[in-house]
Amino acid sequence: MSTTKKVTVTAVAVTLGIVALSACGSSDGSGDNAADSKNVTLVSHDSFAVSKDVLKEFEKRSGYKVSVLKDGDAGAAVNKAILSKDNPQGDVFFGVDNTLLSRALDNDLFQSYEAKGSDQIASQFRVDQDKHRVTPVDSGDICVNYDKKYFADKKLAPPKSFDDLVKPAYKNLLVTENASTSSPGLGFLLGTAAQYGDDGWQGYWKKLKANGVKVVDGWEQAYSEEFSGSTGGKKAKGDRPLVVSYASSPPVEVLYAKPQPKEAPTGVATGTCFRQVEYAGLLGNAKNEKGGKALLDFLISTEFQQDMPLNMFVNPVREGVELPELFVKHGVKVDEPETMAPKKIADNRDQWVKSWTSLVLK
Amino acid sequence: MDLARTEVKAPARKGFTRGSAARLGLMAVPVAFFAVFFAYPVAAIVARGLKVDGEWQFGRIAEVIGQSDVRHVLWFTTWQALASTALTLLIALPGAYVFARFEFRGKQVLRAAVTVPFVLPTVVVGTAFLALVGRGGLFDEMWGLRLDTTVWAILLAHVFFNYAVVVRTVGGLWSQLDPRQEEAARMLGASRWRAWRTVTLPALGPAVAAAALMVFLFTFTSFGVVQILGGPAYSTLEVEIYRQTAQLLDLSTAAVLTIVQFVAVGLILAVHAWTVRRRETVLQLVDASTVARRPRGVGQWALLGGVMLTIAVLILLPLGVLIERSLSGPDGYGFTYYQELTSAEGGAFLVPPIDAVWNSLQYALAATAIALVIGGLAAAALTRKAGRLVRGFDALLMLPLGVSAVTVGFGFLITLDEPPLDLRSTWILVPLAQALVGVPFVVRTMLPVLRAVDGRLREAAAVLGASPLRAWREVDLPMVRRALLIAAGFAFAVSLGEFGATVFIARPDNPTLPVAVARLLGRAGELNYGQAMALSTILMVVCAVSLLLLERLRTDRTTGEF
Repeated sequence: MSTTKKVTVTAVAVTLGIVALSACGSSDGSGDNAADSKNVTLVSHDSFAVSKDVLKEFEKRSGYKVSVLKDGDAGAAVNKAILSKDNPQGDVFFGVDNTLLSRALDNDLFQSYEAKGSDQIASQFRVDQDKHRVTPVDSGDICVNYDKKYFADKKLAPPKSFDDLVKPAYKNLLVTENASTSSPGLGFLLGTAAQYGDDGWQGYWKKLKANGVKVVDGWEQAYSEEFSGSTGGKKAKGDRPLVVSYASSPPVEVLYAKPQPKEAPTGVATGTCFRQVEYAGLLGNAKNEKGGKALLDFLISTEFQQDMPLNMFVNPVREGVELPELFVKHGVKVDEPETMAPKKIADNRDQWVKSWTSLVLK
Repeated sequence: MDLARTEVKAPARKGFTRGSAARLGLMAVPVAFFAVFFAYPVAAIVARGLKVDGEWQFGRIAEVIGQSDVRHVLWFTTWQALASTALTLLIALPGAYVFARFEFRGKQVLRAAVTVPFVLPTVVVGTAFLALVGRGGLFDEMWGLRLDTTVWAILLAHVFFNYAVVVRTVGGLWSQLDPRQEEAARMLGASRWRAWRTVTLPALGPAVAAAALMVFLFTFTSFGVVQILGGPAYSTLEVEIYRQTAQLLDLSTAAVLTIVQFVAVGLILAVHAWTVRRRETVLQLVDASTVARRPRGVGQWALLGGVMLTIAVLILLPLGVLIERSLSGPDGYGFTYYQELTSAEGGAFLVPPIDAVWNSLQYALAATAIALVIGGLAAAALTRKAGRLVRGFDALLMLPLGVSAVTVGFGFLITLDEPPLDLRSTWILVPLAQALVGVPFVVRTMLPVLRAVDGRLREAAAVLGASPLRAWREVDLPMVRRALLIAAGFAFAVSLGEFGATVFIARPDNPTLPVAVARLLGRAGELNYGQAMALSTILMVVCAVSLLLLERLRTDRTTGEF
């Protein structure tokens, strides 16, 4: 029986070894964020970015060390936060937008806290004022972008509005994203629903489909592969001069080009915009509540709000914050974007996306 | 019962007990591992979707399957996987033969090269293929040929991915089959075809079935390739599960789809286990180097040429396009994108993207170690002539390949967050998830060879007084060392390329290479795109070098051991 014993003992030893390995790993890990209240963790999506010195300044002033967890694209990050809310990965979540806000609130993702400086936020962005579970941090506009060179060469005026996009002159020119998998895709769908109403948007999309709209899965593919105006798209020989992207995409084309051009190669159709607002909140079971509160204050401080545009390419929500020159010069100001109440989005989103999928994709 | 037979004079009853106990001992660790790191997380996420207020909602299953959208997805998933598998076998089996039986210049390098695609993240492969067969791609420029958003692009990319599976699984065994058996059949008057059909084919059967099964599993659960090359009109079960979970948070639909995929994969595995068992024979294995020789005659040279051409067009070309794009900087060819990788200024990460290389290597090494221990023990347990329980266990080990990586990732997220298993913020989580997909490879690679070892050798050892463990060490181990190294290589490679589960659990300050590539691809601007290409190229080179080292190691160690 000795060999059998040997085998069994080996097996048990290996199991114990693995468990021990995991266990010591876990004691290392949890020490990081649980016990030590000098650390505060921000959970966000992949697009979160902040200048190093701005963050350092906050750390010096507040005494907290900030860890940032960038947790996938915006939709996935919110859903992950909801799934793990009993034992959250951090203290503050930033990056839930108006299209997903109700889902986060209905699932009790956040606890109440009125951030210092909330009164400085432009009133149009404020929601949930009785409970203060979320704080608006930035806004951006999802709009159709156009390739300036294409329209100049063709001596054709770029489209300005949703109505323009279904005109024969713009046949087979637009590429957009799958509304069920991409947030600009969804934003564009919501924009048309806001413009043409609950009953009208389907008719509009029928016309858009008849006019040759192309749908790809993600923003990256639409913008960097199919769109003829972006650097990536040029390289991939993209042949669609119209794309659903952001109002801030033109300044990005300038900033990341080497050398920087004098003028952005792309423009924005300002009558096709849907406003996206991003919120942050203190997570329900945050381990470091105090630090989380300080972090929320920081997100709407003048320093952070000023720093955002060139890092995340979004607009500040705090009043009186000056936009960087690059933004003013190459970006556009969207005066009357389409908007929709988060409640209305929550009530209709799934049904609309479903109808849209069978209407446009199938 | 092997062990029972070894105890010449002992009563059968005692032998049976001993053999069973040994097997149970060997199985304990893999079973515990899969229970904790696979069954529990997957069950938890499925339960979260199907349990409302403590009540199981089984009615949802019929409801979801009844939807025409879902049935459409199911149909597409199945037929594209069947077509991909058939096409892969058709194209790769000649390759397996050439690598097994022919000796030619650059064989080792080429064998490593065809394995590289297999470990590339799907996002990268998708982009590389788009550059080849997409709009403005190489084929488009030359002949106006475009295949993107067609099912052909998906099928070709699947062949690109899985070519190595067939070449390695089938070719590995083929190269060790004694050709003299076939020659003997011919001497006795059999035609060339009949000799091959009656001697070689049955011997290869289990390996071909295993390879086909793997290809089917990968293509059945295909995610990135379908998403990028197929466009939004094509959706596999895996894509749909991801969409329902990550985008819509419709956990009940996702749970039903997971169960459907689970059942489908379970059925396939059951059929596979049955066919393999029927065809199992004791094989006469020889040293591969005594079998392979230079091709002779027009036919053999033509075959070699055809295989070379296939590899060049289908595998080397997409990889070449990837390299070309990584070097094609804003001011002509150069290393701009590679230099950018060392700076953390881009904003995509908190660390320079180049750090991902080191992270990935560490994770993959840990995952390989875990997979070898778990898979090795499992394979050893399965070698013994088995009852129903053990055969079920065999199939169970394959399940992680068929279950949605997204489900596993989310399952980890919601289950491994409490003491005593509070692993969510530790580094071990990533290797654990990667090892899950590595173990089936280890088992699959080891098992055919282990089973083919002649039991009489073991019996002889036992008669001479060796304990079962000693018999295994002295008899089996030397013969399977080659398989063990191949298994390690595979486990390392799939760990390096694993994306679906890793993307959910890798910490952003410790991204792996595939995660880093995906993040960079998701950001606008030429620099990010170029860096993604550069990082993909590095991943490709790292894989190629490790595989090449493995080839060397293999020949050095095994020379003269047979």
